[in-house]
Amino acid sequence: MSSNFPLLTALIVMPFVGAVVTLLMPNRRPELVRIVGYITTAATLGFALYLLADFATATHGYQFVESHSWMGEFGVRWLVGVDGISLFMVALNALLFPLGLLASAKVPNAKAFTFWMLLLEGAVMGVFLSLDLILFFVFFEFVLVPMYFIIAGWGYDNRRYAAMKFFLFTMAGSAFLFVGILSVAFLYQRDGHALTFDSRVLIEWASTHGSMALGTSKWLFLAFAVGFAVKIPLFPFHTWLPDAHTQAPTAGSVVLAGVLLKMGTYGFLRFSVPMFPRAAVALAPLMLVLAVIGITYGAIVAAMQPDLKRLIAYSSIAHLGFVVLGTFAFTAQGISGGLFTMLSHGLTTGALFLLVGMLSDRRHTREIAAFGGLWKSVPILAGLFIATAFASIGLPGFSGFVGEFLALLGAFLTSRWYAVVATSGVILAAVYLLWAVQRTFTGEPEGENATLPEISFRELVTVVPLLALSLFLGFHPRPVLDRLEPAARDLVTHIEQNSDYRAPVVSKQGPKVAAQEAAP
Amino acid sequence: MISLLAQQTVQPIRTPPIDWFSIAPEIALFSAAILIVLVRSLVRRSPRVFDAALYIAAAGIVTSAVFTFVQWHFVDRDGPYQAIAGMVAVDGFAVFVRTVVLISLTLALLISVGYLRREQLEAPEYIALMVLSATGMMVMASANDLIAIFLALEILSIALYVLSAFDKRRLTSQEAGLKYFLLGAFSSAVFLYGVALVYGATGTTSLTGIAKFLAGNAVLDNGVLFVGFALLLVGLGFKIAAAPFHMWTPDVYQGAPTPVTAFMAGATKAAAFGAILRVFVGTFDLYRDDWRPAVFGLAVISMAVGTIAAVVQTDVKRMLAYSSIAHAGYVLIGVQAATRKGTSAALFYLLVYALMIIGAFAVVSVVARRGDERHSLDDYRGMARREPVLAGLLTLFLLAQAGVPLTGGFVAKLGVFSAAVDAGQYALALVGMLTAVISAFVYLRIVLAMYAPDAEAPAEDEAPLRVDAATGVALFLASVAVVVLGIVPGFALDFARDATLLLAR
Repeated sequence: MSSNFPLLTALIVMPFVGAVVTLLMPNRRPELVRIVGYITTAATLGFALYLLADFATATHGYQFVESHSWMGEFGVRWLVGVDGISLFMVALNALLFPLGLLASAKVPNAKAFTFWMLLLEGAVMGVFLSLDLILFFVFFEFVLVPMYFIIAGWGYDNRRYAAMKFFLFTMAGSAFLFVGILSVAFLYQRDGHALTFDSRVLIEWASTHGSMALGTSKWLFLAFAVGFAVKIPLFPFHTWLPDAHTQAPTAGSVVLAGVLLKMGTYGFLRFSVPMFPRAAVALAPLMLVLAVIGITYGAIVAAMQPDLKRLIAYSSIAHLGFVVLGTFAFTAQGISGGLFTMLSHGLTTGALFLLVGMLSDRRHTREIAAFGGLWKSVPILAGLFIATAFASIGLPGFSGFVGEFLALLGAFLTSRWYAVVATSGVILAAVYLLWAVQRTFTGEPEGENATLPEISFRELVTVVPLLALSLFLGFHPRPVLDRLEPAARDLVTHIEQNSDYRAPVVSKQGPKVAAQEAAP
Repeated sequence: MISLLAQQTVQPIRTPPIDWFSIAPEIALFSAAILIVLVRSLVRRSPRVFDAALYIAAAGIVTSAVFTFVQWHFVDRDGPYQAIAGMVAVDGFAVFVRTVVLISLTLALLISVGYLRREQLEAPEYIALMVLSATGMMVMASANDLIAIFLALEILSIALYVLSAFDKRRLTSQEAGLKYFLLGAFSSAVFLYGVALVYGATGTTSLTGIAKFLAGNAVLDNGVLFVGFALLLVGLGFKIAAAPFHMWTPDVYQGAPTPVTAFMAGATKAAAFGAILRVFVGTFDLYRDDWRPAVFGLAVISMAVGTIAAVVQTDVKRMLAYSSIAHAGYVLIGVQAATRKGTSAALFYLLVYALMIIGAFAVVSVVARRGDERHSLDDYRGMARREPVLAGLLTLFLLAQAGVPLTGGFVAKLGVFSAAVDAGQYALALVGMLTAVISAFVYLRIVLAMYAPDAEAPAEDEAPLRVDAATGVALFLASVAVVVLGIVPGFALDFARDATLLLAR
């Protein structure tokens, strides 16, 4: 590939092209549509792997930037770029979609399903790669359409209610975000500049002291925050999530939990915090309180769920709480931890949803009470489930541990008591997941549970990569952290330069080593 | 300008020189309409007369479009000017509105063909009336005098009254015609009273003259002038179906033949907004602080009433009628900004809206089947399984109306909301976005019904829906345009911007 190949544009456009191709496929040949889906997502994954390999770790700032005029009249540009914050979200997105398609090889009306899935992949790619605020919003909002149709078309019994709720909640949040985006751009224009929605320029301008009053920047921060908080979802904007997750088909849940929720936390890290650092510092207690509520509330409610899928949905609220906690700790460790958790949660929760999908395909129910003793009837599936549950709990050795540990560590440095309360979330995670595992897999299988078919090769292929990656990153997180940390440190430095916040300095060597060096 | 001064000094009887070129697009359409009526009365019994009428209309539209294009070329090169004693403004603004009207007319005629055949209403008069109504709209687009605007208003309205009642076998159609006529006549009177009061306050009906007068004289006792503003706004607000002057809209939209509804929603709105923009933003510019609050109120009420009332409807045509009230509110946001940006955003919105709504009504017309009665949400249940393409197209048009990105609807909303924020109206933009969420619920209800499983559909063995070629062409054009305007809107945005810059003053 030549150096001026538009890699990021290809990442976004490839799924859209695939979607158009599926439309042209004959209705009666679903296998052709599936092949188009696999080829497209595989090609996108190929681009993403190339991006991972080619991403420079030593430098910071955006790489692979492309900029073209789009809507000249409004100053909107096709501006895409990638940095440590977005890199792994892109990779995760590219990874989850082929697996999601593979997991839903038996869905009815494959043509429409593949079409919407591919549109969704392209739109999510656009969200994570756009540096122009309007372009970002275009994709951010467009994501709703395919997800809506996936839930409403292929979900479970109450899918239509869930799909509508999902659409309206997130769209209402986006309304504030949209007005916020326009306000920033026009305040910038009123300051005597040419109208632009280039986030780099606007961040540079809006974060500078004196560009806008603290009150203004607080309002704008809140406008952005509502849009992103609904997506995460942060307590008390979370009520759409359990419904959407429970009712969505397996592949829908996987990508919803895996990448769609991260659009919210990503928005905070990419736009809200850098653009309004003073407001972010001033409002951090609010965000931290909501994050901690999310962590504990999500975990407690998860423990009470009779429905396996709903349980995982609530656990997502708790996990995403750690990301917000790490973000608003404003330390390099906290932010890296948050970013790492975003990746890790995508792997583990994605795998959990796939496994629950398999169970529900076999038993046609997701009630925990209906299961029991599966350990005996489907040992491999049970083993995978338990391993994934450990990964999700954050057992050391799995990726979940690295992310949550770093997030808690980072939070402990600046917001000690929040971190202390949040730590209870780690214990609660063990409570709800182990309890669920116990009720589902232990004991003697009775009735239908005794005769369930074991996991098939196709199903194995969908779960194993996610679990393996989680395990690998649990033991060897360096490759990821090397790429995350420069971006996280950049962000902290940016906040320090533009607000009166100062990150605590931690000596890397520890006091003992430092003393030895000082001696001679 | 010079001709105006000349008029005052020389004999008042002398007629001004007529610049035929300035009204050539209108003349082309008008001739087509007259020719259709003539052919109809000469060749009474031939069944071919309907086809002939269509060809004549097509020829008229093409000629009109060519003249409009040539006008654009000249305006672009030489700048805007006024003609016929300042009655007509030949400027980019007029060209843009005319373009929207011509596009709406073409699409509406295309979907009318299949409709009229199906309902056995193949009357050339229908074609003639629609073309005549469009003529009125074209006049309105370029009218630079309150009297000319009134004339245009009457030309377009009277034809529409008849068209609304065209399916005289249906009681609802008759009711629509009568209701529209009574309320329309009332609003015309209100408008005329407004003209009289503004004339009383300024001594002229020419928009250029009024602007000059207002710029040169401080109107100390401005009560008469302001009441005049208000009445003009009410009269035009009726035509654009802005709340609280929207009472006729649901009934008329529901009762009128569906292609006529489509035409009303797309073209009438564009023409009347053209007049509003020219009168308020263009002429009463100096008094913007006085009329902006009124338009602000109209916009908020329209958006709120339009979306909230649409939620409880079960008739798709009524839903679209209420949402059309909401869309009037969105365009009013652009008017309210009272800036170049706002005006060009409003123009772009009108273009996109015409395509979206006519596309949606084209599907509605097909689904209604013979009798044009089946508009209930239940009639759409399970449609996606039986008619995937038609359902997909309606989904596209509805999502575009909801303002979903990658459709023209999003770019249109982006335009008006950024104009509002640019003018410092954050609240208006926020209200607009939040009502858009409610309206999304309305559109999604229709979409959900279409994608509902077949089991819920009435189990009748019915013939599949028939999409005739002309409707197919209209659907194809509208859907492609909506998507293109969503992905590469640059050319149309530039057109709208240039149209606003080239405003004859």
